[in-house]
Amino acid sequence: MTPAFTPATDPQASEGGVRARSSRGRLVTRRFLRRRLAVTGLFLVVLFFVFAYAGPAVYKWQYNQLDFQAFLQPPSYDHWFGTTQNGFDVLALTMRGMQKSLIIGLIGAVISTGIAAAAGAAAGYFSGWTDRSIVALIDLMLVLPGFLIIAILSPIFSGRTWLVFVLLLAIFQWMITARVVRSMTLSMKEREFVYAARFMGVPSWKIIWRHILPNMASFLIIDATINISSLILSEVGLSFFGFGVQPPDISLGTLINDHWQSAGTPFGYQFYLPALLLILLVLSVNLVGDGLRDALDPSAGVSGNQKA
Amino acid sequence: MGKFLLRRLAYLLILVVIATTATYFLAAVALNPRSNFEGRNPPPPPEVVDARLDELNLNNKTPMVDRFTRWVSGLARGDMGKTVDGDSVNDEMGRRMGVSLRLLLIGSILGSLAGVAAGAYGAVKQYGPADHAMTLVSFVILSIPTVVLAVFLANAGASFNQAVGFRLVYNTGEYAPGLEAWSAAGIMDRLQHLVLPSLTLIFQGFAFYSRYQRNSMLDVLGADFVRTARAKGLRRSQALIKHALRTALIPMGTFFAYEFALIFIGSIFVEKIFTWHGMGEWFVQSIQKNDVNATAAIGMFVAGLVLFAGFLSDMVTVALDPRIRRS
Repeated sequence: MTPAFTPATDPQASEGGVRARSSRGRLVTRRFLRRRLAVTGLFLVVLFFVFAYAGPAVYKWQYNQLDFQAFLQPPSYDHWFGTTQNGFDVLALTMRGMQKSLIIGLIGAVISTGIAAAAGAAAGYFSGWTDRSIVALIDLMLVLPGFLIIAILSPIFSGRTWLVFVLLLAIFQWMITARVVRSMTLSMKEREFVYAARFMGVPSWKIIWRHILPNMASFLIIDATINISSLILSEVGLSFFGFGVQPPDISLGTLINDHWQSAGTPFGYQFYLPALLLILLVLSVNLVGDGLRDALDPSAGVSGNQKA
Repeated sequence: MGKFLLRRLAYLLILVVIATTATYFLAAVALNPRSNFEGRNPPPPPEVVDARLDELNLNNKTPMVDRFTRWVSGLARGDMGKTVDGDSVNDEMGRRMGVSLRLLLIGSILGSLAGVAAGAYGAVKQYGPADHAMTLVSFVILSIPTVVLAVFLANAGASFNQAVGFRLVYNTGEYAPGLEAWSAAGIMDRLQHLVLPSLTLIFQGFAFYSRYQRNSMLDVLGADFVRTARAKGLRRSQALIKHALRTALIPMGTFFAYEFALIFIGSIFVEKIFTWHGMGEWFVQSIQKNDVNATAAIGMFVAGLVLFAGFLSDMVTVALDPRIRRS
């Protein structure tokens, strides 16, 4: 609403200033760029995206292409990551698998943070039985580990698109974030700008959407970033047992499932190379999340160069 | 204080009941035991299949609520029903629970202790070389999927054996057959089998806890009461341990409860890679075999574990936080 009521940390609500916004944006960018590890992480994430999506167009082998001249060959000039027992190219498989892992992480993170924001803000803002039932639901879902439930449900979605699987992953990811959002909402709804909006007759959902959620945008951005990496890890875990991504789709999880037994043999490259890229990907996403946390932290002033 | 604990216990019990019910119904909807019999060659006559499924309480022609009531009434007598193979779920669980607990207990306790100690130390020596090293290590470990970490360790163990020239650590199974369980050789053998799987869980617990403990310790270190404690004349170590660490441990209790569920999930991978025949392995097999009763029983077991961990963390909170004790 009126600029006087918007808190200083608000990234969007200050209508008065394109200038104020851009200067905050510049401040955040500067803080982020100062962290070498975070910048390295961001660079690697971009590189992985290019690798996964542009790589197959450049590389001479495709993920579904067999090389009958090379079965189980170690890495060479012809096959950079070597080949599998059937003559598939491991690098091509890895690129294909990383596409799926990246997209699962991205879609899942957006959905999960979205659910968390909606549920948490509703619980905090409306209080009463809405609050109690959402909190009970959160507690219940934390007792029932998502891994087990998704595994149990896997026969149902196994024949269908992997999007169902992403949705399920997201449904079991939002609870802890929602708790934080709820407690942030609780303190924010006592602020003047929310009162002002309420007394002017702005409907509740609009207050949440326009005034409460933008004020925790930093937290939500960080959370979504961290969620990407934990969703990639969950995908690997579930697909390892065949409860996640199903053939003919390929993900990093199915690759690890197919090749982990080669790890102790001379043909361990089939496991180690995709696994190392996977670890590097998750690590880079985590570094970006960590860098964002520091860059967006409003309490990080001149001296606030703290690490999370 | 007693009232607080009782109220928490009642709440957690209700959650376990709901969790078990939900697991049963989800398993009953998703899993199809009939396919186990119909897939046989030659296919048995439908009446035989129906009779067998009825006997096992797995017939999808019986309304789900009736099957559930029958399962619960058995549960009330302490009978968790039959597996698809016709064995008792109780027997199977009794055997496997011991395996899982032996694996989980050591790994989770050592892991959380190491993590808490490292996190607290890192916070005290913030930005020191040890702090940087530990932050980096836990960051890397948290980026490794459990299954990959387990495979790494299993192979590192094999290489280690090769380097020292004899088999010091084993990477398959829980114990070697044929040894007396409580003899010195038997215990030694079990320890040799336990090292690598436990290390997997310890690394993860360490990474998880050290990051949280470091944050919660940092929040406390600057607090007035720590300065007051120093001003009263306590030594630095006393002020840090008795006042700062004690306060910083309180929020960790909640994490402990939830982490226990995660540790169980981690043990599913560990059991698979190191071929232990525990609850985790059974869970995967039960789903693959469409075993509704066993799956529901495992769901109850996990919910019970979380309840136990949650209650334990409540007791720790009560012990550490005088405000709760007094109310």
